[in-house]
Amino acid sequence: MNLPFRAPSPPSCNDIPVLRERGQREVFCGLTGIVWLHRKIQDAFFLVVGSRTCAHLIQSAAGVMIFAEPRFATAIIDERDLAGLSEIDAELDRVVNRLLERRPDIKMLFLVGSCPSEVIKLDLKRAAARLSQLHSPKVRVLNYSGSGIETTFTQGEDACLAALVPFSPLPANGYVPPLLVAGALSDVAEDQFRRIFADMGLPDVGFLPARTAGAMPAVAPGSRYLLAQPFLNDTARALDERGAVHIPAPFPLGAEGTTGWFKAAADAFNIPAAKFRAATDAAHIRAKLALEPHREMLAGKRIFFFPDSQLEIPLARFVAQELGMEPVEVGTPYLHRQHLAQEIGQLPAGTVVSEGQDVEKQLDRCRDSRPDLVVCGLGLANPLEAEGFTTKWSIELVFTPIHGYEQAGDLARLFSRPMDRRTRLGV
Amino acid sequence: MQLTLWTYEGPPHIGAMRIATAMQGLHYVLHAPQGDTYADLLFTMIERRSARPPVTYTTFQARDLGGDTAELFKTAAADAFARFQPQAMIVGASCTAELIQDDPGGLAKALALPIPVIALELPSYQKKENWGASETFYQVVRGLAQPRRETEVNPRSCNILGPTALGFRHRDDLAEIVKLLEAMGLTVNVVAPLDATPDDIRRIPEAAFNVVLYPEVAEVAGRWLERNFRQPMTTVIPIGVSATREFIAQVAKLAGLDPQSALAAGESRLPWYSRSVDSTYLTGKRVFIFGDATHALAAARIAKEELGFEVVGLGTYSREFARPVREAAAKLGLEALITDDYLEVEAKVAELQPELVLGTQMERHIAKKLGFPCAVISAPVHVQDFPARYSPQMGFEGANVIFDSWVHPLMMGLEEHLLHMFRNDFEFNDKAAASHLGHGASKPTTPGANAAPAAGGWAPEAERELQKVPFFVRGKARRNTERFAAERGIPLITIETLYDAKAHYSR
Repeated sequence: MNLPFRAPSPPSCNDIPVLRERGQREVFCGLTGIVWLHRKIQDAFFLVVGSRTCAHLIQSAAGVMIFAEPRFATAIIDERDLAGLSEIDAELDRVVNRLLERRPDIKMLFLVGSCPSEVIKLDLKRAAARLSQLHSPKVRVLNYSGSGIETTFTQGEDACLAALVPFSPLPANGYVPPLLVAGALSDVAEDQFRRIFADMGLPDVGFLPARTAGAMPAVAPGSRYLLAQPFLNDTARALDERGAVHIPAPFPLGAEGTTGWFKAAADAFNIPAAKFRAATDAAHIRAKLALEPHREMLAGKRIFFFPDSQLEIPLARFVAQELGMEPVEVGTPYLHRQHLAQEIGQLPAGTVVSEGQDVEKQLDRCRDSRPDLVVCGLGLANPLEAEGFTTKWSIELVFTPIHGYEQAGDLARLFSRPMDRRTRLGV
Repeated sequence: MQLTLWTYEGPPHIGAMRIATAMQGLHYVLHAPQGDTYADLLFTMIERRSARPPVTYTTFQARDLGGDTAELFKTAAADAFARFQPQAMIVGASCTAELIQDDPGGLAKALALPIPVIALELPSYQKKENWGASETFYQVVRGLAQPRRETEVNPRSCNILGPTALGFRHRDDLAEIVKLLEAMGLTVNVVAPLDATPDDIRRIPEAAFNVVLYPEVAEVAGRWLERNFRQPMTTVIPIGVSATREFIAQVAKLAGLDPQSALAAGESRLPWYSRSVDSTYLTGKRVFIFGDATHALAAARIAKEELGFEVVGLGTYSREFARPVREAAAKLGLEALITDDYLEVEAKVAELQPELVLGTQMERHIAKKLGFPCAVISAPVHVQDFPARYSPQMGFEGANVIFDSWVHPLMMGLEEHLLHMFRNDFEFNDKAAASHLGHGASKPTTPGANAAPAAGGWAPEAERELQKVPFFVRGKARRNTERFAAERGIPLITIETLYDAKAHYSR
């Protein structure tokens, strides 16, 4: 915990009490990350090797039943596979062949491990290597686990990106971009970030993941990287193992978070202060302006976060620092103290941070504290609304472009709209 | 191992959840890994229920696997009892917990809770959601139903069995059927599982007979009640005008009533709407039907007998009910499509080029992709198929709803003709959707344009002529012409061939 905190000297994160709980966790598993990853990497396909539950989860999770042709599927393990009556390698080969015949446009295939595949110790790493050889060079086959016994919601993206890192190309000319941004961002935010980095004098920034399989950025010893998302524990470790160096930063949410994030990069590359300000000032001011109407509606309101995406701490920092809200409890599935050091340090004193979950007890605490706004998953939102709470379903915070200056107002609107709606409805 | 893009049914424990969530005072303790709690949102978001399903998940993680997951289960079950104070409990495992073999039934028994605890064995790698619902309902009924007191049975009393949470229009079907039965002079003793308590389940044997609305859920329980309590059950599913009439007759017979008044009082607008001359254009429309067995069978009958469509494909994902679907298909001169493979259904629809698809949310994808009109007739469905308005499928009002919802996606009769006559109108053409479906609603792709050109097939002028055929029959015209040419060994399809084929198939 020797990372620099931002002025004015905030309370140390040790001042923030952390409530650790074990019990029923009302969270998604890592397979859910496929819902946005399959749209982000446009020539990748995600094949879950799992049970009917996995298939059902993904199609139900984010209302994706509305997509007619997704780039994901499940290879459903059946009793013959479990009883050893079928040769599981041959079965997987057959399924993958059928899939690739149907989708000849696919360049990268992820075999995604699940709870059942982990419990029966199916070796998907070996399978991926074998299938990669079979379908090379047309299709590269990688694997990661999105199982619920190992991953929570956004950790699926972490596992996916971590699997990509060892395969990031080393270009023939040896050139590697000096800066890498890790974490799937909306395309619009990514484009804005590129422009700002270019204005700062960093025209060549790699984004992981890239939008196509062939465009994944190179990583080499000495590469610097910024995390765009707070849940990338394994990805950061994989980058470290390649010799890349992490730039500690807050997360690019809201005007302040975004400026802090770019500033960390500017400092790391010794970019003159004037150049940094020229690149960011206008957007920073614009973002503050966009936040103003939401701040009027939200200032002084009390907010309760149920654990979901690990974005909770940076979001709580944003709503407290930039919108004047008062976080009552901030739940997160995991608390990565090092990556979140600059965020957690800026939470107002008295905020309860909870890690893990016992959903019934947390609901009791939520009801007792009567917050003005509850941020929670889809399983809890309508029942809490029916009890009279105003809620914001948290998955929207993952599926909406919220990063960066130009999205700061949109992010604030996600919190203000449920309150706005309450005041409008006369029924 | 099966490649699955979409699954028609969830795993069997989802079926158990549909029973538990439908009921009051019953709690389900499910041994399951973190992540399986996604199932709650099926009920709270897709069905928009205002309460959480009464389910406690153990949500074990990898680190628990090395320790004592059995203890985790016991703690969860004891805590759930203490917190929710249910009248009865069901316990079981999801797919992953099944692999670690903790025996939730035995563990729960060891807790010696002061309420009935029913252990569920739902093999996740063999069975699916509807089987799980059926098995759970059967076990709950078997575990709770009390011996019958013969003298007190009112011959005009019945139970309604089958409606669950997350069922396709179960809420409104139930209201419609209760209204119908009460109008006939019957007393509804218990409705289950929807809104029933374990105490209500105990009282099921007190009625004279059972009305089984959804065989996928309640037939097994109904048969058990028939054997053990001499409670006969209805077998006709009242979807469609004729089936509703037969249902009334069957109920009247079981209750010893005269069906005439109920039949006379029963009014559906469907028969007259179907006879109305503006419906002439519905004649012989080629429909493809796929869904659960109950709804697919009913749809096939309505399509053929009550709307005058031609059923060109019939299938179900309910393997447990494959036999009656095969029989119904055979009567229509078809081979039933019995599969839970979405890709197989998609291929069949593409091959048949129907003018209307009646299916599930999955067939809605297929129809959208291929550019066919579609109406939803069966689960699985999405949020828009839990409408705010009263919208039953069963009974006479259900027949009205069905008429509207199946005819609505189609091009109206006169518009169809005008399109045929003035195909190049800049506003009303192939690319535009039916006028009543709103401006800007786009016709994504026409089936004809989607079909790959047959090898060596079409002369350019014939292809151009084909484009003059309205899109909603163009696929059929293309298919017929190609078949005509293939059967006669015609190497190149010309305008002549096109019209020869048209004449041939118009007989």
